[in-house]
Amino acid sequence: MTAATVAESAGARGDQPPVPEGAVTITVKILRFNPEIDSEPRWETFGVPALPTDRVLNLLHYIKWYFDGTLTFRRSCAHGICGSDAMQINGVNRLACKVLVKDLMAAKGKQTTITVAPIKGLPVHKDLLVDMEPFMEAFKAVKPFLITYGNEPTRERIQSAADRERFDDTTKCILCACCTTSCPVFWNEGSYFGPAAIVNAHRFIFDSRDEGAQERLDILNDAEGVWRCRTTFNCTDACPRGIQVTKAIQEVKRALLFRR
Amino acid sequence: MTLALDKPRSPRRPAARRSNFEMISWLFMRISGMALVVLVLGHLFIMNILDDGVHRINFAFVAGRWSSPFWQFWDLSMLWLAEIHGGNGLRTVINDYARKDSTRFWLKMMLYVSMVLILALGSYVIFTFDPDISAN
Repeated sequence: MTAATVAESAGARGDQPPVPEGAVTITVKILRFNPEIDSEPRWETFGVPALPTDRVLNLLHYIKWYFDGTLTFRRSCAHGICGSDAMQINGVNRLACKVLVKDLMAAKGKQTTITVAPIKGLPVHKDLLVDMEPFMEAFKAVKPFLITYGNEPTRERIQSAADRERFDDTTKCILCACCTTSCPVFWNEGSYFGPAAIVNAHRFIFDSRDEGAQERLDILNDAEGVWRCRTTFNCTDACPRGIQVTKAIQEVKRALLFRR
Repeated sequence: MTLALDKPRSPRRPAARRSNFEMISWLFMRISGMALVVLVLGHLFIMNILDDGVHRINFAFVAGRWSSPFWQFWDLSMLWLAEIHGGNGLRTVINDYARKDSTRFWLKMMLYVSMVLILALGSYVIFTFDPDISAN
């Protein structure tokens, strides 16, 4: 691609910078989709110079800045905190900003190919950009906020360290959708809440300060709730924060079984 | 009263129905599964391995077994647990894989009808089995 056409496309940064010492050319295969042109998603391949210490997000930036400015993906903080750049990297859901190229390198002497596809089960708007609305709808449906009744205390709501520990794991969720879009039950046409929504319900159900546990348990007891979980552990494998997602779902099931 | 929604066109799901059906079916799958391990493996052992295995099975063998209420109860519980366990499993598979509501509905109707037919026929045979029935 000539410099002129690169400059014309959005997000491009002009000529390629000099390739650093120790860089290898990585084949990056991206599942692309432009709703204005394509009827089906298509694979496109780029050869990107990369250092082993680069992240997959760097490769995507390189493609967007120097090869094709129309490449579309989300990213915000680029440090594994905001949860914007969840995508399917080599077939598993990961945050592009947390996967290092050296961990995906092929055996010595072989060409490294990294495939990048949008997360599954959500409508694709363009390239790696998906519609997060169904995911957020499930999140909102479990009432992910503190519910209390009666008079407000005059001081802060006190909680023991042990009570805080009870739901500590599920407070780590960043709503990146890695878990929910790795779940085979979520991929079908139904409206299963998905692991992320259950994790965020768990965070409040087991919070000693919260009084809305019964409402949330009723919601998750429904046909599209926790009982659709098949315990495949895809969610636990996918979580970039290391949350024991399947365990959290099991704890909600247990709370439903033994409530009252 | 209208609700003030920040995103009026975003999808919303219907309110929970406060039904324990999914929980009970989940629990049933676990309990019936454990029972079926004993019932089915025991059945396979008796039918295929013990004594002469399949070679000794004939009308008289079945008649002899079903003269005891114990084996009648064994076979009846195996029939009901296996049929409902398998049917419920297929129900969840249909829920997972059917793409259209009408496909889902008709597949489930076929499933339920076949379940009722098999349960009714099997129970009818076990309860009304006549060891003295004539060959013609």
